[in-house]
Amino acid sequence: MGARPAETAVPAGLRVGVLALQGDFREHAQVLRELGAEVSLVRRPEELDQIDGLVIPGGESSVMDKLARTFGLAEPLSAAIRGGLPVYGTCAGLIMLADTILDGMNGQQGLGGLDIVVRRNAFGSQTASFETDLDIPVLGDKPVHAAFIRAPVVETVGPRASALATLADGRCVAVEQGNLLGTSFHPEITGEYRFHQYFLQKLVAAAR
Amino acid sequence: MTESTSAEQVGSSRVKRGLAEMLKGGVIMDVVTAAQARIAEDAGAVAVMALERVPADIRSQGGVARMSDPDLIDSIIAEVNIPVMAKARIGHFVEAQILEVLGVDYIDESEVLSPADYMNHIDKWNFTIPFVCGATNLGEALRRINEGAAMIRSKGEAGTGDVSEATKHIRTINGEIKRLTSMSRDELYVAAKELQAPYELVAEIASTGKLPVVLFTAGGVATPADAAMMMQLGADGVFVGSGIFKSGNPEQRAAAIVKAVTFYDDAKVIADVSRGLGEAMVGINVSDIAEPHRLATRGW
Repeated sequence: MGARPAETAVPAGLRVGVLALQGDFREHAQVLRELGAEVSLVRRPEELDQIDGLVIPGGESSVMDKLARTFGLAEPLSAAIRGGLPVYGTCAGLIMLADTILDGMNGQQGLGGLDIVVRRNAFGSQTASFETDLDIPVLGDKPVHAAFIRAPVVETVGPRASALATLADGRCVAVEQGNLLGTSFHPEITGEYRFHQYFLQKLVAAAR
Repeated sequence: MTESTSAEQVGSSRVKRGLAEMLKGGVIMDVVTAAQARIAEDAGAVAVMALERVPADIRSQGGVARMSDPDLIDSIIAEVNIPVMAKARIGHFVEAQILEVLGVDYIDESEVLSPADYMNHIDKWNFTIPFVCGATNLGEALRRINEGAAMIRSKGEAGTGDVSEATKHIRTINGEIKRLTSMSRDELYVAAKELQAPYELVAEIASTGKLPVVLFTAGGVATPADAAMMMQLGADGVFVGSGIFKSGNPEQRAAAIVKAVTFYDDAKVIADVSRGLGEAMVGINVSDIAEPHRLATRGW
């Protein structure tokens, strides 16, 4: 793990939710707590009322989508995103936030919010999963070490969204749009705290 | 915004273990046909395990159980979007080589198939594809991790519908981990010797209090309550083998088990999803199976 940065100034009373239907939600919760945030896990619609922002973890996007619909979370969460709730999605979370999903499951809709077209599992089977360094100026000079695991890519960045990072071949793997942030890769498993810090800054600004 | 410049690295421990991290809180279902794989995906499986016969049939039909036909595996990969796992025999590194070129996402070096080598497991560091291996106790888990396993599943007695062995083994592994965390360094040297595992791994677990890889549980899980119990006992997720497609209503049972794993600590949800599932698989009590016919004792 990389050196841990100082805690972000998150005012007391602000609470970050982590969607805990499936996936590596505990890793996200751990990173956020280490950055000084109060964290709660979200599985039920009423738990959305208690949070000021949400992280959607890595996992299997089709399973999260199905469970979110079955347990009545998808609609209120979509509405909250439209209403400006800050949300950061990694991998499956990025897919959940995309307005358009390619190669999704039968009936997979996601939550929407990011003006992008995302392709699920864009690199092929697990043997094509990889690690690499990315230059992401908005996070500083030090490159981001990124793990791509059966990862999606952003095929089209719409006019309302902007790209934050691309691979050497030009494919987009990180985007932001207002209070929304999405990455194809998993900062939560590489000891990379800057994306979560960047997200917490959005969350703090949105709460003012 | 600038482009990345550095090389891409495949097959690292981080991406191998990382895929298992993404499967956590999910259910991996045994399937023997593309049609079953479709049902599993639609029900919310986080991955499917392709094999020729489910453990219950291997048990009743007997004979040598091997890796599946590549055509079958191809048809399952073509059918679903979720990760596809497939089983190789213990020690059968050529079956593993075949599964890797077929484009499977994870290999299960599994005691459910007939072992190909009674001395050695596969050297899993040699592969780009990750492996999951079974374990009945912490020493066995650490030996597999030392050989390169990127995920561990505690063994149950596969193909029985009797969850008691799965309970015993997940309790054993987590109990042994807890014991290590209370030991001083001089005691850890002895513990490593007794566990027949490398000292470095034993010391790492003593300090972190958990395995360095994801721990699922498997074998004998047949109901939503079984699956939720495994989660409450500390499993990161659940494999379900014969329990789904040997039951009366596979679609509904599979979906119910998925929900029970997400809400494993909410008895009201588990009660709701347990209603009207029809017949569970008939099952065999493990105590009725003679020792030499038990699958969990394969692997060492």
